[in-house]
Amino acid sequence: MKPMFSPAEIRKDFPIFSKVMRGGNRLVYLDSGATSQKPRQVLDAERNFYEQSNAAVHRGAHLLAEEASIAYEGARQVLTNFLNAEVDEVVFTKSATESINALAYSIGNSENGSRFALKAGDRIVVSEIEHHANLIPWQLLAKRTGAELVWFSVDPDGRLDLSNLEELVNASTKIVAITHQSNVLGTIVPLKDIVSRAHAVGAVVVLDACQSAPHFAIDVKALDIDFLAFSAHKALGPTGIGILWGRREFLNSMEPFLTGGSMIESVTMTEAKWAPSPKRFEAGVPNMAQAVGFAAAINYLNELGMDNVAKHEHDLTSYALKKFLQLDKVEVIGPKNNVDRGSVISFTIDGIHPHDVGQVLDQYGVAVRTGHHCAWPLMRKLGLVGTTRASFYVYNDEADVDVLIDSILEAQKYFKG
Amino acid sequence: MELDSLYQEVILDHYKHPLNKKLSPTFTAQVHHVNPSCGDEITLNVNISDGIVTSVTWEGVGCSISQASTSIASDLMTGKNLDEALKIVESFSDLMSSKGTMAGDEDILEDGVALAGVSKFPARIKCALLGWMAFKDAAIQSSKN
Ligand SMILES: Cc1ncc(COP(=O)(O)O)c(C=O)c1O
Repeated sequence: MKPMFSPAEIRKDFPIFSKVMRGGNRLVYLDSGATSQKPRQVLDAERNFYEQSNAAVHRGAHLLAEEASIAYEGARQVLTNFLNAEVDEVVFTKSATESINALAYSIGNSENGSRFALKAGDRIVVSEIEHHANLIPWQLLAKRTGAELVWFSVDPDGRLDLSNLEELVNASTKIVAITHQSNVLGTIVPLKDIVSRAHAVGAVVVLDACQSAPHFAIDVKALDIDFLAFSAHKALGPTGIGILWGRREFLNSMEPFLTGGSMIESVTMTEAKWAPSPKRFEAGVPNMAQAVGFAAAINYLNELGMDNVAKHEHDLTSYALKKFLQLDKVEVIGPKNNVDRGSVISFTIDGIHPHDVGQVLDQYGVAVRTGHHCAWPLMRKLGLVGTTRASFYVYNDEADVDVLIDSILEAQKYFKG
Repeated sequence: MELDSLYQEVILDHYKHPLNKKLSPTFTAQVHHVNPSCGDEITLNVNISDGIVTSVTWEGVGCSISQASTSIASDLMTGKNLDEALKIVESFSDLMSSKGTMAGDEDILEDGVALAGVSKFPARIKCALLGWMAFKDAAIQSSKN
């Protein structure tokens, strides 16, 4: 255990923070919402896998194959514990995007009579704050099956309007796919009422945990959800690996999306039978080193303690929000109070386009995201072309926020002059 | 400062006082172009008669680079014959893909050379090209109509 939560100490684990940025500045990385930086422990775990244990998992009788399988399944166990799940419920995918698409296809491939078989008149419920990754797969599933796509709307403060929950999630509803935390607004979605309503009408709840699982403790049993997706790369882990978690009985009654090696129980020239989950959904040689790196990232977070991570980010967000609200001609897009709110702050500056804001900030070593953040329908609803977004993680501190605020003032000067 | 090579005075002037930013009531072609990576959008009208570009007008939202660049393009194209206009677009595209190695020919591109610095910022090249590509598209459509 690290004695105290110290971003300065944490940064020492991340080689990228020694990079010199434009203008000779240090890196102020405020774009972890897009992807996080990686500690040496994660890079070492991947390298060590390749150097010591590299072999195709679950195949071959040799020592390396054994070690590789142990490492890969060990990684699954780490993720299982992290989510308070069951080990055969945790499916490794390439990313959250793949997880959600695979799930939507699997549901779409269900045979008539299955609880997942959708037909005209059925309903899929999403929300207006979804990332494209948790919207488009459901749009397409609705189109393929004739189901109807409806959504919760967002109110001007960036919270979901749940006043029509009972109407929206009605008896025809089969799927409620919702984000846990908005990648644009920082809003944390209150799941309790949504989940109990969904279950009351026999629908399943799919949670996009991309912006939550890296930042606070998730317990799939306590949340009582049915499916969950997130990507390692936003949680200090490598790219190319993510998770689809689902309840065992659901996964084992679903058709796979990708088919091929590893995912079968038996194959003849004309037919194949599927292995049970998780193999059922892991066709082909998986991203093994990445899974091992993912587990190293989760171990790193566990060592910090997810509650400490959450508290650190919450405090930093309070500090930043306070500073933001004092700025002239700057508007925070999303909840302005730090309740049910994550460490993402989107903002606009009067008269300066987000792209230009980002460019000036870059000059001071500040890395932020600009644009529609893959949530174009939300931007349209809010009447914005885009925002500038700062997102915080374990390695950020108040000094980073101060540089951000100073750089915003510089941007205002630059574009006024 | 490195930023000044991107945001030349001329660009900031065009951004604050864009030319031809009001759609003409009639047109020989109208196009709508979007930059999907940042969400910027423009609508652009052209009037071309007897092979001469008689007007280029536009409306839209975008960053200083895309707004200034569209303003510059609309001004530059007006009054040119179509072939000449398309050659200018070509020349501007070459400048944008030059990675900072070209200064641009002021005789051809006029204020457009102020955008030369954009070619060093890969993320901004699409912004600079938005209006020019919209014009090219509209001009070609117009000549087909
Ligand atoms: C809320 C949310 N959902 C889904 C995704 C997609 O994640 P990935 O691109 O890692 O598949 C992201 C990433 O930007 C996100 O922020």
